[in-house]
Amino acid sequence: MTDRDLKALEDALRRSAPHAGEDEAVGAAAALAERADDAGVLDVAYGTLDTPLGEMLVATTGRGLVRIGLPNADVDRVLERVASEVSPRVLELPRRTDAARRELDEYFAGRRKEFDLPIDWSLVHGDFARRLLRGLPRVRYGETISYSEAASRAGSPRAHRAAGNALSSNPLAIVVPCHRVIRSGGDLGGYGGGPDMKEKLLRMEGFLT
Amino acid sequence: MAKTLPPFQSFLDEHRGPVLSFLRSMVGADDADDCFQETFIAAMRAYDRLDGQHPRAWVMTIARRKAIDHHRARKRRPTPSDQLPEQPTHDRTIADRDSELWDSVRALPAKQRAAVSMRYAADLGYPEIAAALECSEDAARRSVHEGLKRLRSEGVGEGERA
Repeated sequence: MTDRDLKALEDALRRSAPHAGEDEAVGAAAALAERADDAGVLDVAYGTLDTPLGEMLVATTGRGLVRIGLPNADVDRVLERVASEVSPRVLELPRRTDAARRELDEYFAGRRKEFDLPIDWSLVHGDFARRLLRGLPRVRYGETISYSEAASRAGSPRAHRAAGNALSSNPLAIVVPCHRVIRSGGDLGGYGGGPDMKEKLLRMEGFLT
Repeated sequence: MAKTLPPFQSFLDEHRGPVLSFLRSMVGADDADDCFQETFIAAMRAYDRLDGQHPRAWVMTIARRKAIDHHRARKRRPTPSDQLPEQPTHDRTIADRDSELWDSVRALPAKQRAAVSMRYAADLGYPEIAAALECSEDAARRSVHEGLKRLRSEGVGEGERA
């Protein structure tokens, strides 16, 4: 047997290997998410949602909604953070995010003024930030409060800077309405989704005309 | 967890193609999907333990074990009725010859079979094959080479010339 014989056999093996096509591999991988969910090994499921402001990401755990990625966010970066701070067992399984996606759809269609979703607060770090963000849904659709008002509602009236930090790192934008916190002078202040988005949301809710 | 693991979805997207190709070459297309699911469920369960290891080799180790389990289960089961003897045909097509070639690979001793499949179906390099087979790189090369020699000695792929 010569090297040439072996080379020919190698070529034949490579050429005739039962390669899985891209579609088949994608299909098998998609089926995996359902299987993983059934087996109880899927910790974070995510899906995407088209909105008038762009595509958003929605991620949930067994406890509830854990992360919303606004249209300007880098999806890979968002998922990497979720993997390192919640669990790396993250798969795309839109079905598990249906409730949140439906409510967000209704919100953007103007048919929903408050959200009724279980929330997983794992990505909110620190007691102050948690108190502040948990209290925000009480600021109603079409209303706003100032940064110092938000701080005082969380129990530290002078911590408006800390309030700004907590708001800017809100992992649950829109559902936890940090866009309803604006500067006392009337200036809208910053927003994770960009200042334009904050303005659009407040316009949509009728606060700005 | 010492190092930050990427989201499992990225891991899956990166390795799904080679793993499915490897399993098809090991157990055939019909059963490869089941083995694929079992492989990645097991990988997901053990994902925290991936830390520091070569990811492709790590998932291939799991896939190889699932393929071996599958072989054993197959042997214990009575031959199903869909495996009737094939009708002899006069004209062997190229597709027939290709599938015969891989049928012969599937008849190799376990280690050679896995090594040849990883090399030529999943297109892995020797360092990865060695890690997946939990042996030295030299031993991985030997397994592939012995597999090829054995196929040749059985007259497999005789029609193929360089």
